Amino acid sequence: MTTVRPPTDPAELHRLMSLMTGDEKHSAAATSTLDVLQVLYDRVLRVDPAHPDDPVRDRFLLSKGHGPMAYYAVLAAHGFLDESELATWARPGSRLGLHPDRVLVPGVEIGSGSLGHGLPLAVGTALGLRIRGLTTPRVVVLVGDAELDEGSNHEAIAYAGRSGMANLTTVVVDNASATHRGDLAELFLVEGWRAITVDGRDHDVLETALTAAHDDRPLAVVAVVEPKES
Amino acid sequence: MTTAIAATTMREAFLHAAADAVDADDRAVLVLADISAGADPVPALARRRPGRVVNVGIREQLLLGLAGGLALTGLRPVVHSYAPFLVERPYEALKLDLGHQDVGAVLVSIGASYDQPGIGRTHEAPEDVAVVDTLPGWTIHVPGHPEEADRLVRESIAGEGLVYVRLSSASNAAPHHGAGLQTIRVGSPDDVVVAVGPTLDRVLAADRFRGATVLYTSTVRPFDAAGLRAAVGEVPTVTMVEPYLEGTSARVVDEALSDRPHRTVMIGHPREESHRYGGHDLTL
Repeated sequence: MTTVRPPTDPAELHRLMSLMTGDEKHSAAATSTLDVLQVLYDRVLRVDPAHPDDPVRDRFLLSKGHGPMAYYAVLAAHGFLDESELATWARPGSRLGLHPDRVLVPGVEIGSGSLGHGLPLAVGTALGLRIRGLTTPRVVVLVGDAELDEGSNHEAIAYAGRSGMANLTTVVVDNASATHRGDLAELFLVEGWRAITVDGRDHDVLETALTAAHDDRPLAVVAVVEPKES
Repeated sequence: MTTAIAATTMREAFLHAAADAVDADDRAVLVLADISAGADPVPALARRRPGRVVNVGIREQLLLGLAGGLALTGLRPVVHSYAPFLVERPYEALKLDLGHQDVGAVLVSIGASYDQPGIGRTHEAPEDVAVVDTLPGWTIHVPGHPEEADRLVRESIAGEGLVYVRLSSASNAAPHHGAGLQTIRVGSPDDVVVAVGPTLDRVLAADRFRGATVLYTSTVRPFDAAGLRAAVGEVPTVTMVEPYLEGTSARVVDEALSDRPHRTVMIGHPREESHRYGGHDLTL
């Protein structure tokens, strides 16, 4: 199981995304998750493309499944997907849909797309690992700031915060797309989580936040990126 | 340890069977949303098997989402609440957090259609079997006796896949433990009644079915189509008596008999927005 890998070249990730989108440049919306994903896969997650089902792997759950090009690009850069498959993206019969599907894509932990499902699934995964006595893997779930409007997340946040779920991390990619917007870090803090708000484009800061000690509580990292174009 | 107790209700039978499974099977985890959390033998089980009884509070979306996550780690969640809160409120979680993730779970409901008619529509779920039946891959058990509930719960936890067990406070006098459609009374092959779960004793007593062949099942999905075809004549009338929404099994009965002319009669609870408190007996 690899824990430290050579950093991925951002230009390489954009090249891989272009194999899907056909665009040379990508909008902030298309890349809102890109830096978080790169830091997670380069520096944080212990996952191995040769053993994608290893019971002691870290679990990364992409709850915000819409616009998964950045995710597929990172998975390809790390050897979970062959880059030749990226060109099939969103075509009939492709494994690479407009939403990721765990049944089809190696390394993908959940099928997502409908908002508000990843965090409850992540809470169950974190709890399940603990029940099975697997104390080393961590569970990281990525949600969007607007996605947090879904009430299912609030059920999960309240429960996890009171259950000492130190193996759980939620990354909120905040591109200011929520209607009736509140304080995102506070949402977690009041429920007993540790929470930190950081620049979602700064890799070193993201790494520090994602690896911060949170020995007795779940961790929320609010990664702020450019506001979504209206 | 096996809890030696003569269960008097399906709910008691379920809770003791689930407790035995949690004691003996390292895959089994009982997942609750307050309902039954204080009922015997759950508190003692929670003390005996720390972490294996999970009570999320009154959070039924999380109830199912968390169960999906447990299943993703290889565990076998046994998820329980009143039927409306187990399969209606979190319906999308059944679809996505279980089915679409390709993981299994055992869902066990109480309340049935009108078990507590005094508390009204909010706790009644005559639609529950029809709702679950819209989703692919589910096994649906409707036990007719506490001993059947005990067996079906144990088998479901030990097995794989997606299972919905619908418990009721209504019961037949005796259990019938066979698989699929069981022949209870041989009568005309052209007048065949299928009694589901706790409707059996009332079907056997009903004048209108005096000359009929009576079949019984506690498993409505997958439906025993071959068993029905083997039991009926060439131009049968098949009456389905189900203790939930009338016509829930019309599709599967019709498919089972697509090889012959047939007439179907569907008996169940009517499709209505009930504001009645009490008095919901099936009319046979």
